[in-house]
Amino acid sequence: MSKRVVERLKAQFGTKILETSDFRGDETVVVARADWAVVGKFLRDDAECAMDMPVDFTAVDYPDRAQRFEVIFMVRSLSKNHRLRMKTRVAEGEKVPTLIDVWEGVNWPEREVFDMFGITFEGHPDLRRILMYPEFVGHPLRKDYDIAKTQPLVEYRDIGTDKFAPFDHNEGQPWSRVDWQERAHGRDIQVSPAIGLQEHQRPTLSKGHEYVAGAAPDPKE
Amino acid sequence: MEPNYEDLADEGGALELPAEPMRLNMGPSHPAMHGTIRMVLELDGETVNEVDVQPGYLHRGFEKSCERGTWGQVYPYVDRLNYVSPMLNNVGFSLAVEKLCDIKVPERCSWYRMILGELARISDHLTCNSAGAMELGAFTPFLWCVKVRDWVWDILEEETGARLTHSFGRIGGMAAPPTPHLKDAVRAIIPQVHEVLLETESLLLKNRIFLDRMQGIGKLSKARALALGVTGPVLRSTGVDYDVRKANPYLLYDRVDFDIPIGHDGDNYDRFMVRFEEIRQSLRILEQCIEKMPDEGPINVDDPRVILPEKGDVYNTIEGTIAHFKLVMEGFKPPPGEVYSYTEGGNGELGFFIVSDGSGTPYRVRVRPPCFYNLQATREMICGEMIADIVPTFGSINMIGGECDR
Repeated sequence: MSKRVVERLKAQFGTKILETSDFRGDETVVVARADWAVVGKFLRDDAECAMDMPVDFTAVDYPDRAQRFEVIFMVRSLSKNHRLRMKTRVAEGEKVPTLIDVWEGVNWPEREVFDMFGITFEGHPDLRRILMYPEFVGHPLRKDYDIAKTQPLVEYRDIGTDKFAPFDHNEGQPWSRVDWQERAHGRDIQVSPAIGLQEHQRPTLSKGHEYVAGAAPDPKE
Repeated sequence: MEPNYEDLADEGGALELPAEPMRLNMGPSHPAMHGTIRMVLELDGETVNEVDVQPGYLHRGFEKSCERGTWGQVYPYVDRLNYVSPMLNNVGFSLAVEKLCDIKVPERCSWYRMILGELARISDHLTCNSAGAMELGAFTPFLWCVKVRDWVWDILEEETGARLTHSFGRIGGMAAPPTPHLKDAVRAIIPQVHEVLLETESLLLKNRIFLDRMQGIGKLSKARALALGVTGPVLRSTGVDYDVRKANPYLLYDRVDFDIPIGHDGDNYDRFMVRFEEIRQSLRILEQCIEKMPDEGPINVDDPRVILPEKGDVYNTIEGTIAHFKLVMEGFKPPPGEVYSYTEGGNGELGFFIVSDGSGTPYRVRVRPPCFYNLQATREMICGEMIADIVPTFGSINMIGGECDR
């Protein structure tokens, strides 16, 4: 991590750099939420900073503070081999501008911070949960989320199965399907790929006809 | 999907095929997938138009679990991050806490950590490469490489007592000093590993099927890899010589001589070759480490606030008993602050961002999982390739579910 980058940022942004610190050689700058993406863009484009590698993106929850969350971004320069930690503080419900336009690599980590802390990112194209499932209640890495908390049972999920296996009624391989209505009446016929269509057997469902229960010829007849 | 053959005659023999892309769900427990991961594919025939990679099926709440024990109780959890090379995680976490407390471990401990870490790296790369070859139908390399991995694990078992989940790291040292026959054991396997590497390469690198499915498949450009935060062998295969061991040497990596292998295409073949070459470099490091590690000397830092007292003192002196009790029940208390410490893990930069509030319990332990960022780049590698190329491409990423999903 480099002091030069911090000096450069101070010279460029002045009072917009709210705080700087250096603990065990880790240079950190704190900026306001509004300047988050602007400072990021400068860090990447400025020739002296040249921060081209996103390292990590995370958050820490301090429930006692007025601005509860610290959003933390770590970045590195490949050519200059220096690092910087960038921080902003946000309260519950406040949105942070996304950094995707500057470093594409923060796409998934921002989704993870949203998932784990419930911090939303303005301008993120795909802000879904990433590690948890969509029905999960709450945000697990918040300090007020009890580690022993149980989650409600998820109902059977009806994801839009349009064009998902096992496809529509007239698609796919007919021998792998069971016509439950027919089986209930004892009229179910298995179409074997090895044997092929038997005499009097109903045509495969893949013919595309409207299949009417009971219309298939009974093999006993 | 199936054409209606009987109607063909009526329509003058014109075969009408569906033109819209098909969506296919792959995973989360697909037999060809290394971990539990779901991919929703949009296929145009056999070509992958678009893919949505969905991790998270192995999420166990690593970061949340760390926030309820002592700092020392994090070790079993870090073992289970990258469970192919747990020793690298152990060392990485130790270094993070030591950076937070400004502790410097004795030199012998650093050499010892490097030896164990490089052994773990060998087992990691061997697993990845041989499993990748197995998925392409080459079963023999897998058996041969797993044989080598077993030799490595034999050494690790001898040293740590466990084959896989060692929990061997400690803050300010290691759980036990090296055994007297560590150097001989490592010396004995080095030529054998070289031999098996040559044998494995002779099986694969002249195999037309293997080459056709690896070369030019799953390409990632240098610029895209950097933008997406990719590190480790996947980044080096695109031609970037970034290795934490060279760029920011930790432990005593600045005192050993080794090279960083890089590729230039960033395809499956390059990733495969970079990993094999890294095994050779790890063997080189091992040779130098066992030459340089002193046989005598302390392994733990001489600081009773961090290190448990000797068992004899615990049972025989009141000071020892109390110190042991305090360390076990309350845990060791690092100063308040936050640090980010990074090492070269099996798959790239393995970082720990830890926040301490001065108590015996971590306030926040964040691991920077290299797999997570590498997996993010998988979408670009897969899009435009054939559906059968997903398996070798995904294999060469070496996604470890425990680390990616935490």
